[in-house]
Amino acid sequence: MPKIDSNPTEFNAMETALVDQSNARYLLKLYITGTTPSSTKALVNIRKICEEHLHGRYDLEVIDISQHPTLAEGEQIIAAPTLIKKLPLPLRRFIGDMSQTERILIGLDLRNVG
Amino acid sequence: MAKKNNKQPTPFTTLPKSPTGIQGLDEITGGGLPTGRPTLVCGGAGCGKTMLSIEFLVRGATQFGEPGVFMMFEENAEELSANVRSLGFDLDRLEAEQQIVLDHVHIERSEIEETGEYDLEGLFIRLGYAIDTIGAKRLVLDSIEALFGGLPNEGILRAELRRLFRWLKNRGMTAIITGEKGENTLTRYGLEEYVADCVIVLDHRVTEQISTRRLRVLKYRGTAHGMNEYPFLIGERGFSVLPITSLRLDHEASTKRISTGIDSLNAMLGGKGVYRGSSVLVSGSPGTGKSSLGAKFCETACLNGERTLLFAYEESPAQILRNMRSVGIDLDPWMKKGLLQIHSSRPTLHGLEQHLVMMHDTVRAFNPAVVVVDPISNLTMERNEGEVKPTLMRLIDFLKQQQVTTLFTSLTSGSCATPEDSQVGISSLMDTWLLLRNVEFNGERNRTIYVLKSRGMPHSNQVREFVLSDKGIDLVDVYLGTDRMLTGTARVAQEVQERAAAELHCQDHERKLRQLASKQKAIEAQIAALQAEAEAEAAEVNFAIAQETLQELASQQNSKAMAQLRGGLTNNKREGKRK
Repeated sequence: MPKIDSNPTEFNAMETALVDQSNARYLLKLYITGTTPSSTKALVNIRKICEEHLHGRYDLEVIDISQHPTLAEGEQIIAAPTLIKKLPLPLRRFIGDMSQTERILIGLDLRNVG
Repeated sequence: MAKKNNKQPTPFTTLPKSPTGIQGLDEITGGGLPTGRPTLVCGGAGCGKTMLSIEFLVRGATQFGEPGVFMMFEENAEELSANVRSLGFDLDRLEAEQQIVLDHVHIERSEIEETGEYDLEGLFIRLGYAIDTIGAKRLVLDSIEALFGGLPNEGILRAELRRLFRWLKNRGMTAIITGEKGENTLTRYGLEEYVADCVIVLDHRVTEQISTRRLRVLKYRGTAHGMNEYPFLIGERGFSVLPITSLRLDHEASTKRISTGIDSLNAMLGGKGVYRGSSVLVSGSPGTGKSSLGAKFCETACLNGERTLLFAYEESPAQILRNMRSVGIDLDPWMKKGLLQIHSSRPTLHGLEQHLVMMHDTVRAFNPAVVVVDPISNLTMERNEGEVKPTLMRLIDFLKQQQVTTLFTSLTSGSCATPEDSQVGISSLMDTWLLLRNVEFNGERNRTIYVLKSRGMPHSNQVREFVLSDKGIDLVDVYLGTDRMLTGTARVAQEVQERAAAELHCQDHERKLRQLASKQKAIEAQIAALQAEAEAEAAEVNFAIAQETLQELASQQNSKAMAQLRGGLTNNKREGKRK
């Protein structure tokens, strides 16, 4: 029973995300590797971006793949750090230390190109 | 100094090597790939890089107790498992037994956005985790170049790859890294720059519409290795390389003999047949009975309980069975018994090298005592001799090494001046060479056979007639006339004539003897007559003498009587006085 419940909610979430992007809730996953400089940098950068542009409507999950190596395989993580935008669709990946804010904003559909 | 000179030379230590278990490759590399180092395997599309890699892992896991990680960037695990299942590699089972980890890395370029400095730590962690879970000793990255297409910023990528290979070395992983062939470089992205210890180049070439796969060890740091190009095959039992030039010329020479199946032919070969482990070439123009001779050889070997392999390049197994039955050779029961295997294939199916690899493979799998190739000349069609000879030499050497007795038939074309000319340059490799020839004379064609050479045994210099009938194969002495050799009906006619003449001679002798006997009798009769005559004469003479003696006696008595009558005893007195 809970399975059936979960599906429609997810579906609804997707639909609302597609219908109204400006109000969509973001699900972001950041895969880092321990406390390497680029990992910490990425974490700081993405938090800043989210707070500035997605305040109150995002979930950021931070996963240390050096602690959970199996998750790296499941999500096809090669490069680190990697940020995956799970929602709203389409799925998108960002690699690097998240220092290029403009690119991330474009990729997150938070800014129109040009 | 003197002490130093006395010292024994330190034993030559080679690089530690990990055997691949791949037929032939270990021979070329002198034991396998460098342990704990990466090896680059490169070549064009479809040349067998993935097959080589997967076999390296599977054999490592199953034969050498070294589990392995296969990280693939192109196929996924299901596709790979399906692809290699035909080779008898069950990746699913090995994965369940924790012998192999298959990890598919999928990168979608369109999803990825670069946002600053990154590294490949994710890949490192995945690899490290996979290696640690099964305690892997071997690793394959197939093909890591996909990263170049999937990730931006080549500069970072190159630095990371360099780090990756160093990391692999530090972890002591024996690794294979595959790479696609580039325009002017070994690999499209210059991986050879990072993997410098051992480079194997695979190649897939098409000449005269026939493709041949070749392998070459381009570089192997710190060890000697075969430098040549070696043909290889991806067959039913996996990858196999034909390393023949690495073989030495030191095979055993058996003194045991093996029968050819034809008593009279054995008689021509010192009475016992050919040596075990030697090679026999039977050459001749079309229809001289080469295949029949080969089949007879097979049958005899089977009769003696030897495992026999027949490679046929002209007829299908069913056709061979039918045709050979017509000359009294029944191979069917031996096939059913499993002593005989017939492998028929089209010569044009592969290149010569590929055929040889296949034969190599089959021989290793079946382990026969006798191999017959019918005919070898078909394999060498339209190839130049320089190419053919070394390859055939490889095969013959290999078979000798295995102590396999081989019989090759070879078709000689009519265009050549002499049958000796038309050989593909392999006759010098053969121990025994039988030549079958057609002799056309007197309106018919007959087969003849003679031993051109036979190493290490006395052999007949005679030409024999080779007779094929439903009773089998037999050799018959030919008739040597005053100026030419007679075969077939001419021989039969001549034989009849000779027999008649011999009979006549015989009768003549008897007649002469009889004459002599009667003459002797006549003479004896004459002798008897003469003797009788002589006896008669002697009797006559005796009679006469007796008569005369009697007459004399009588006359003496007469004279005495007369003297008495004349009165006196004068005579007596006179006689008495004289006394």
